Amino acid sequence: MSPVPEKERVSPDTITIKGIRQGLLVTLGEEGWSPGLLALEARLDANPAFFRGGRVALDVGAQELNHSEIEDARALLARHGVDLWAVVSTNPITEAAAQELGLVIDLGLSRPRGPEAATERGGEPVVEGLVVRRTLRSGQSLRHPGHIVVIGDVNPGAEVVAGGDIVVWGRLRGMVHAGALGDEGAVVCALDLAPTQLRIAGYIARSPEERRREPVPEMASVQEGQIVAVPWYGKKMG
Amino acid sequence: MSAKVITITSGKGGVGKTTVVANLGVALAMRGQRVVVIDADVGLRNLDVMLGLENRIVYDLVDVIEGRCRLRQALVRDKRLAELFLLPAAQTRDKSAVRPDDMIRICGSLREQHDFILIDSPAGIEMGFRYAIAPADEIIIVTNPEVSAVRDADRVIGLIEAEEKGPVRLIINRIKPDMVRRGEMLDIADVVELLAIDLIGIVPEDKAILISANRGQPLALSSDSSLAGRAFHNIARRLRGEDVPFLTLHEPGIFERLLAFRLRFVRPVGD
Repeated sequence: MSPVPEKERVSPDTITIKGIRQGLLVTLGEEGWSPGLLALEARLDANPAFFRGGRVALDVGAQELNHSEIEDARALLARHGVDLWAVVSTNPITEAAAQELGLVIDLGLSRPRGPEAATERGGEPVVEGLVVRRTLRSGQSLRHPGHIVVIGDVNPGAEVVAGGDIVVWGRLRGMVHAGALGDEGAVVCALDLAPTQLRIAGYIARSPEERRREPVPEMASVQEGQIVAVPWYGKKMG
Repeated sequence: MSAKVITITSGKGGVGKTTVVANLGVALAMRGQRVVVIDADVGLRNLDVMLGLENRIVYDLVDVIEGRCRLRQALVRDKRLAELFLLPAAQTRDKSAVRPDDMIRICGSLREQHDFILIDSPAGIEMGFRYAIAPADEIIIVTNPEVSAVRDADRVIGLIEAEEKGPVRLIINRIKPDMVRRGEMLDIADVVELLAIDLIGIVPEDKAILISANRGQPLALSSDSSLAGRAFHNIARRLRGEDVPFLTLHEPGIFERLLAFRLRFVRPVGD
């Protein structure tokens, strides 16, 4: 696994970001509302491409928030092209305010369980992966700061954006962006690699126009300043 | 016996949803099924025109919802088939007049006395689509073998799966066999591979469909010499659980023409 991107380590207690089925879940730390928003803004500014067009659920813990404070967060996210759709809190006053603003306050079964987004294992920081076992159809999108594995197809019009690697055990025909937090060492693998567009960090590539007859598994990575896809014949990763 | 509620939807407009509903309604009623077709496209009603029943409408869906008439009063009986009824859409209102609960309630009270309730969904993925799929036991997606129509169908299937409705089956409408053969159009295998849902029918492009729609005489009514008319009857049979092979849509050679000629005389009539 690749190391945690630099920004992940700056202030791990202030803010964590992880991918869930309905978008991104941003958890603000317990240091108060204003520091939380500042940390969020720093994240949004650092990686605009990762966030733009996404939707966010905010987990604010036990903080008590009123309408205008939640509106501030919504406006901040909107300025970065991000839609705030849910606010999760254990505080009933915050919940009531969020609900009055038309936000969802219960993520249902999809509320993430398990360990935090980044955990330490033997001193090595490890990025949590997200495994999705279904086909992503047009209009559906998946975002996660770590690695993403899709067991199924990624159809045209669907998008997958990961801070780390992307593996598609199926046909990849939608838009994928690996290393979206800036990691140029990220890779994209698929059984049939034919994305509408493939991005790794700041690089962009399109699939060749003509369709191959016999698709083979391929892995795409950045080599000497451009994205290159090579067939996977079981050789070792470079 | 309780009716099966089937919503016909597509995402993209103009792919032939209303044609499918009109022809399936007719084909099922011709097989002795008690059918209600509901036009859920409030504000842009068409199904009545296609069935030639426009001049018989007194009340509509929104009148029923808002309590201006009883459900029975709003049902328009078809002039040709005694067991086919139309619940027309309101033309002077918009989609905000209907909520998902209204559709569930109306279909609930129609279930007792009918075998099939077919709902003609509005195009799009907004409120009209939401209330149209709310009461569905089964959903049929109509698409054309075109990239944009298939893309929209995929989007709609994703939304239906997210709501855990279904099963969802697929009709590919307006196939032009000569264009498919020349590689100018997606073929059936391409569409089915991408959408990954069960196919329930393939319907070729047919000028007669347009003519029959303009005359208010769905193609399925005529003693089915046209390929498209046969396709609709085959779908109706599949909806009733029969196992019917798909039509062969490529241009037949002389040998196949002779074969088709013979088959016409051995095909069973009706059910």
